[in-house]
Amino acid sequence: MKSLIAQSHSLSNPKKQLDVINNQNDRVKNLDKFEKKLNEIGLYPLKPTGIEIFQINVGYMCNMTCKHCHVDAGPDRKEIMSRETLEHCLRALDHSEITTVDLTGGAPEMNPHFRWFVDEVSKLKKHIIVRSNLTILDTRKFEDLPQFLADRSVEITCSLPFYSRRRTDAQRGEGTYDKSMKVLKLLNDIGYGKKGTGLVLNLVYNPVGAFLPPDQESLKKDYKKRLWDDHKILFNDLFTITNLPISRYLNFLMMSGNLEEYMEKLVTSFNPSAAMGVMCRNTISIGWDGNLYDCDFNQMLKLKTNHGAPDHIKNWDLEKLNSREIVVNQHCYGCTAGAGSSCGGAVT
Amino acid sequence: MDKTYYNPDDLKKFGDVGEFQKELADKFFDYYGTVFKDSALSSKEKALIALAVAHTVQCPYCIDAYTEESLEKGYSEEQMMEAVHVATAIRGGSSLVHGVQMMNKVDKLTM
Repeated sequence: MKSLIAQSHSLSNPKKQLDVINNQNDRVKNLDKFEKKLNEIGLYPLKPTGIEIFQINVGYMCNMTCKHCHVDAGPDRKEIMSRETLEHCLRALDHSEITTVDLTGGAPEMNPHFRWFVDEVSKLKKHIIVRSNLTILDTRKFEDLPQFLADRSVEITCSLPFYSRRRTDAQRGEGTYDKSMKVLKLLNDIGYGKKGTGLVLNLVYNPVGAFLPPDQESLKKDYKKRLWDDHKILFNDLFTITNLPISRYLNFLMMSGNLEEYMEKLVTSFNPSAAMGVMCRNTISIGWDGNLYDCDFNQMLKLKTNHGAPDHIKNWDLEKLNSREIVVNQHCYGCTAGAGSSCGGAVT
Repeated sequence: MDKTYYNPDDLKKFGDVGEFQKELADKFFDYYGTVFKDSALSSKEKALIALAVAHTVQCPYCIDAYTEESLEKGYSEEQMMEAVHVATAIRGGSSLVHGVQMMNKVDKLTM
């Protein structure tokens, strides 16, 4: 499967995506604007609580082409963060109060400077999270990477949209489930997910379809039981993440006739408590080209940090960014529906 | 008359039944909400029971609603289909067990 951009698909254009989720038809158009909902609970304009997480999208290249991918990542994407931009990131991180560096993609492992950068961030004593699709670690080029990450106590947060083969493969491609189980066992073998090792292995669930995630704690118990009973696999935590209506997932919603129902569901499930805890309040997202965004979703919609805040890593100013106004739009309902959603799972 | 008896969008109008009889509708929806809360059974368990019952009463609104609810409670396709088979087994069994009544009658009427 090709990325939307390689297909020259209209939904590869962020402006088109924003137009769809705002104006596709009367049902969509009549939904309350996100700003209005925030205003009703005294949260507009949305302001940061303070940046703790520095999430770097080191490139959109990926070995997979998942049906729901909000990045529209795939083997045909060539956007990769340069060493120069990574050095700007290191300068921003040095002596900052930021505690966590979250590496995402695409498959972040595919950035040619990945290992060098992880080493440099380790020297700064920051907690590092790598968001892995698991299957990349089943290739010869990357087979020694798990031990490299373990030696540096890097947390691995990986995608496993369900504990069943059927649903995992439906979203991520035939054979993904079996490869994922193989890599999870390998990670367990070197200590990941096991008590007392300090090596953290977290899984990410996201709905394989047009519905909201289950209760995180309840689902974690199901995952723990099924993965142990079926494969003797251990992991630390499970994060439930809601699919936001952008990019390939938006395409799925439109093609399957679920757009209106899903948007209505997100809006009617708006949870003020979840809005209080949205991740953009403590996270900054850095794009492959150094541009700054309030989150990885805004990055894909090319909604840069705004309202006078710096919008490129070269102009990093933590004080200004901590007092910025966060850019919101209708896709933000995905993070405030039900129990809320973030890169760390539910927020309530 | 509409072209079909069932319109998926009508499910969203369920609450409108209160327009013709508010007191009873309020009591029903209050009761309904209470039934599905976590209690001796979890709301998750109740969703799967509802899915099975929806198939027994063959209510298309309920099947749509509790299929989505079951997915959002974290059930797998296999679990949901097994719930439907439970409904099917009870429905089939309820016919078949009446075969005993038929046999009793045969005994009485025949030599």
